[in-house]
Amino acid sequence: MTIVDIGLPRRLIEFTVDGEQITVPEGATILSACKDIPTLCYGDTLEPANACRVCMVEVEGSRTLVPSCSRKVEPGMVVRTDTERTRHSRRMVLELLGSATDLSTTPRVSEWMAEVGADPSRFGPDAATVSQPALVDNPLYVRDYSKCILCYKCVDACGDQWQNSFAIAVAGRGFDAHISTEFSAPLPDSACVYCGNCIEVCPTGALSFRREFDKRADGTWDESAQTATTTVCTFCGVGCNLTLHVQDNEIVKVTSPHDSTVTHGNLCIKGRFGWQHVQNT
Amino acid sequence: MGRRKREPYVRLTQPLVRDSGVLRPASWDEALDRAAEGFRRNVEAGGPNAFGMFSCARATNEMNYVAQKFARAVIGTNNVDSCNRTCHAPSVAGLAKVFGSGGGTSSYQEIEDADLIVLWGSNAREAHPIFFQHVLKAVHRGARLYVVDPRQTSTAKWAHRWLRLTVGTDIPLANAIAREIIHSGLANRSFIERGTEGFEEYAASVEEWTLPVAEQVTGVPADLIRELAHAYARADRAQMSWTLGITEHHNGTDNVLSLINLSLLTGQVGRYGAGLNPLRGQNNVQGGGDMGAIPDRLPGFQDVEDPEARAAFDAAWGSQIPPYKGWNLTQMLEAMERGDMTTVYVIGENPAQSEADCEHTIKRMSNLDHVVVQDIFLTKTAQLAHVVLPATAAWCETDGTFTNSERRVQRVRKAVAPPDGARDDIELLCELARRLGHDWRYDSAEQVWDEMRALSPMHRGMSYARLADLGGIQWPCPSEESLEPTYLHARLWEADPVRRGRPAPFSVLRHSPPVDELSAEFPLRLTTGRRLDSYNTGVQSGGFSSPLRRGETLDLCPEDALDLGVVEDELVQVSSRRGAVVAPVRIDEGLRPGLAFMTFHFPDEVDVNQITIEATDPVAGTAEYKAAAIRVDKLPAVR
Amino acid sequence: MDLRFLAAAPSTVEQAAIDAALTGDGRDQLLPALHAANDAVGWISEGALNHICRRLDVPPAEAYGVATFYSLFSMEERPRKVVHVCVDLACKVNGAEALVDAQSEFVVRSPCLGVCERAPAALAVEAGVGSEYLMPEIPLPQRGDPGLRLLRRVGVVDPRSLDDYRAAGGYSALRNALALGPQGVIREVTDAKLMGRGGAAFPTGRKWAATAGQPERPHYLVCNADESEPGTFKDRVLMEGDPFAVVESMTVAAYATGCTRGYLYIRGEYPKAFSLLSNAIEVARERGFLGRDIMGQAGFEFDIEIRRGAGAYICGEETAIFNSIEGFRGEPRSKPPFPVEKGLFGWPTVVNNVETLANVLLILTEGCQAFQRIGTSQSTGSKLFCVSGTIGHPGVYEVPFGATLRELLDLAGGVPDLRAVLLGGAAGGFLRPDEIDLPLTMEDARSAGTTLGSGVVLVLDGTVDVGGFLLRIAEFFRDESCGQCVPCRIGTVRQEEALHRIVRRTGDSQDLVLLRDIGRVMRDSSICGLGQTAWNAIESAIDRLGVRL
Repeated sequence: MTIVDIGLPRRLIEFTVDGEQITVPEGATILSACKDIPTLCYGDTLEPANACRVCMVEVEGSRTLVPSCSRKVEPGMVVRTDTERTRHSRRMVLELLGSATDLSTTPRVSEWMAEVGADPSRFGPDAATVSQPALVDNPLYVRDYSKCILCYKCVDACGDQWQNSFAIAVAGRGFDAHISTEFSAPLPDSACVYCGNCIEVCPTGALSFRREFDKRADGTWDESAQTATTTVCTFCGVGCNLTLHVQDNEIVKVTSPHDSTVTHGNLCIKGRFGWQHVQNT
Repeated sequence: MGRRKREPYVRLTQPLVRDSGVLRPASWDEALDRAAEGFRRNVEAGGPNAFGMFSCARATNEMNYVAQKFARAVIGTNNVDSCNRTCHAPSVAGLAKVFGSGGGTSSYQEIEDADLIVLWGSNAREAHPIFFQHVLKAVHRGARLYVVDPRQTSTAKWAHRWLRLTVGTDIPLANAIAREIIHSGLANRSFIERGTEGFEEYAASVEEWTLPVAEQVTGVPADLIRELAHAYARADRAQMSWTLGITEHHNGTDNVLSLINLSLLTGQVGRYGAGLNPLRGQNNVQGGGDMGAIPDRLPGFQDVEDPEARAAFDAAWGSQIPPYKGWNLTQMLEAMERGDMTTVYVIGENPAQSEADCEHTIKRMSNLDHVVVQDIFLTKTAQLAHVVLPATAAWCETDGTFTNSERRVQRVRKAVAPPDGARDDIELLCELARRLGHDWRYDSAEQVWDEMRALSPMHRGMSYARLADLGGIQWPCPSEESLEPTYLHARLWEADPVRRGRPAPFSVLRHSPPVDELSAEFPLRLTTGRRLDSYNTGVQSGGFSSPLRRGETLDLCPEDALDLGVVEDELVQVSSRRGAVVAPVRIDEGLRPGLAFMTFHFPDEVDVNQITIEATDPVAGTAEYKAAAIRVDKLPAVR
Repeated sequence: MDLRFLAAAPSTVEQAAIDAALTGDGRDQLLPALHAANDAVGWISEGALNHICRRLDVPPAEAYGVATFYSLFSMEERPRKVVHVCVDLACKVNGAEALVDAQSEFVVRSPCLGVCERAPAALAVEAGVGSEYLMPEIPLPQRGDPGLRLLRRVGVVDPRSLDDYRAAGGYSALRNALALGPQGVIREVTDAKLMGRGGAAFPTGRKWAATAGQPERPHYLVCNADESEPGTFKDRVLMEGDPFAVVESMTVAAYATGCTRGYLYIRGEYPKAFSLLSNAIEVARERGFLGRDIMGQAGFEFDIEIRRGAGAYICGEETAIFNSIEGFRGEPRSKPPFPVEKGLFGWPTVVNNVETLANVLLILTEGCQAFQRIGTSQSTGSKLFCVSGTIGHPGVYEVPFGATLRELLDLAGGVPDLRAVLLGGAAGGFLRPDEIDLPLTMEDARSAGTTLGSGVVLVLDGTVDVGGFLLRIAEFFRDESCGQCVPCRIGTVRQEEALHRIVRRTGDSQDLVLLRDIGRVMRDSSICGLGQTAWNAIESAIDRLGVRL
């Protein structure tokens, strides 16, 4: 026992990325040690899901490419992040995703596609997609699974990594795999407690606030006209950090900073949706 | 007494003044002049103590600082308090009595790193959901969770062990745990000798609480009491957290002290990972007290009866602070009834609905000569006012800071402009101060903060820039150059007695059952609490449509429902010695026979505080919301 | 946990079946519980699922996610009796479609049922009654051959009798193992150069040594009896014919690697093997060959739990099998960490295939040096091959490593009009008729650019529609992809689409480019072997067979 927490002594290890020697603490992943490797399924508050395969890199001695989001650095490892092989893989993964999924609200993905020359239309007009009507079954949020890339982040956020409500899971298999409540029940009949922590981590906009969904539908959603201001929640004394996204002096979305030691990006229904009272005029 | 669905409150955008008994719109000048004039009139007639300030636990630290300064420097009274009285005042009082400062001792990260967590009288899963995520991180890592609660709450469902105690028997349970620890040789002698005093008397006082006696009184099986005693004492790092199940009793401060005793007995405080943490119910109830918006403390927990402390403030403010404690909220209500207090300035509080036995409160407030309410809504309380001043919503329409349950001061920022017609709280306080002869002007919240931290050593190192850079700072933070540990009271472990300072005293406590006794007429125990998607009197949380919300219900266990011949959703009459309400029945298997549960979120539909009891804690003044005696009657069949 | 359950209640039958099946209250009971409900009434109702969730404290959404992962479970009510007709590779070329058409019962088109020697295969499943094959039994082609080693007891001993097994040499290997000690056993297995027979050909001794050397306890043993590679049925023949050998060999492996608990994960479509193995485990336990102080060895404790798969090829993957046993969706895990470090329930785990373990018994009874004398210097011992397709005498054949493919085909009656051989299964590759002098060894297969895989030798003669056959391979991978990673989940669909256009001649030259691009990303970037090999057979058909599509 010590009065002070003395912490765990950490070793430093060296490895090579694209020819450059880098030193990182033991336990670091390749992704954390490199800048700007594109990824969709990696969440800074979640365990790596290893699902999207956008962040694949070459590691010398490995038969296949390696997911940089989850692979821990080993001493002497030689990593290449930008080779013909990694670019081919990234191009194909983005093409496959783009051919099956609506990526129109996925931040940065068009930039990455342009970078590697991805063309999802290559698979032809008859390529199977996950297109389906958006699920609007409650007043607070919308699930548009046409945009779902099955990154598992919402399931992990709802499950034992954060919210522990377990309202949703991956169901089905293969191309039919999808995020679902039990027996596809509407959210109000499920274990959902409307914390919105799934929306917080969704990388594609498949999950969104009802307000955002409606505004997008009527063409009034304008991110360039929005401000994001971080403040503190007015409900209870835990002191959760809220980032209020405001357009035309109207709160249109609430997020929480992922680096907050209080919330790690998570909120409850009151923090996420309880702001309406100040705007009732 | 019928139930009606309330429309959400709309924002106040115009000052109101009362003429011939009716509130009518007024200009700002008229309203402010009237407000100031009323205060002057009453203070001239009855002295400074005819004035009371109800400050706001939801407003910023800066607002609370200015509000208490208004009471002390402009009016010259220490009669300032806030709704912390209705919830955690006993926590503050208990912690301050033992350790000298009234904050939780640990950080949220330490909860995650603990080996054992006790949640006592706390339904954190619903009332403090994000705190509970830290608890679950620990549980998933392998920590043990014990929940002490009369109800099998959703929190209790996560526990490794749930100790279902009878409402109001917390002290017997804590004392029995203590006795078991002592008799098993598990008391931490090193810590007791180093950091505490009064152990012998304490040990003698718990001697009567043998396991069988405790089992009989508390309803908790002896082996569970023994298990918790051993687990808590043996854990390397144990956390004790509590909420209103401990504090909202007529002896709430004693309840808090009984838990603090356990930490002293086992050395589970003052170290990384081991501590005592009340979970605060309002976003800035911690900060309100820290800022001196309480009758006995100046900003930074400085004693109002300490001449040196007062002198510093008087010098800075040009004031003459009275050298004695002011009245707390409960005492102020009593003073209103006596006629000693004739005017109040209520900022963002809703005592007409939040106080126990609220009919009584309304009656008392109606006695007053002059009530000024500054709020964002026309609440029940505002409807009683003589002057109503439309204010801003602190958390999103103003700049400033809040202080959370882990003592972390965090920046609050203006994200939206307030509706036209609403004005900043601090600006309004300054307007009134100027009308009462004090030329107050603040250009920014930061200016207020800097004035405050010059006077409060424990806040001195927290510049706005630093708060932004570090994502908030936990107090104490005396220097801009360094940070203190995340936990309090490490001094108690020091080997050097000088550095150790004042030892933490054990408290000798007596069991005192709930005041509202069960009887043949009122055979059921009613306890109250929160639900996940709602908040307090529902003024804020009623503003959004929650798919989870079901309105007020009377929760009964299946056995009681069967006995009473009532079924789910049936409307019944719930009566206590003070009043009666009508509510629908909800069956909850987490309750046991004899125990009923209601929230207090829907007072406009079912005003539960018409039946709760106002029996208050003598130290902290908090009412016994958690234990009323009720009866439940079927309604006559509708023809 | 404060789980929210459904309002639905189970029927009395469902509730009784579920309650009877549960042997604990942990999440790992989920798959057995789902089986119990499905077996009892033929599908999984909301009430049944809810009851399982309440009993096991599993969130309903997660239980639903698990149940819908497996193709043997129905989430909708269907007739009590269903017939699973295999439409996979070996059956497809032996009249599967006609068999489908001939059924009067409710038909489920099934991937490979693992009874390819009796193609076309069909398995009738009746709720509350049980399962039976609709084809006649056929004897082991090589029965009575004195050269048989792995198969020596198959068809000879009574598979329900421990005494018969012991009279035929059973439990002499364990006796020797206990005398050698764990280190000694690992030394023998290592020096015998035994390689895994499930398809990956990893040195068994190294795997055992790595597990044994992990300081954490417990260690777990998993016997992978989930053979689902189309055209593979050798493990079934071993399990049906010599079930006590599986129990004994698992006990040896557990002794060597320090496991006190083993799981035998058998695919759900093997009702007979399941019943015989369940019996073998029970009898062995009764007679003290499982449990504490086995065979008088004080302190040696080991027991086996048998788990049924539920129709998911992917669960044969060595980490997916862990998730399946633990009650999660059978999705492969990312490696590292490897199973020997963090396997079942997060503990060090050794996973061995049934045939691999059968070899261990030989090594321990005859010694590593004698074992090595069979086969070649790099591929030691003998190998079971699953010969099926358009050939006279399909069945499991045991030949020493080094025998040629031609010799094997001749043993099975020869093929007058050979078009191609699919070697290694759907994840393997094709050989041309001019390549059948290939010696069947790991090293020769590798240098010929192919693999022995799980020992599939699927023969195609001139009557076979190769395009349709390839489409079935593509369809198989599309159906069996778990869906976890993008390259495999979407890649297998796009592969099938492009192949479809090529076979139906509705595409253009770009489709071949697409196929290669898709194949490459699946091989490079899929999480597990399924995606990484999903393009192998099709690629070899194009490149090696010269199939003009």
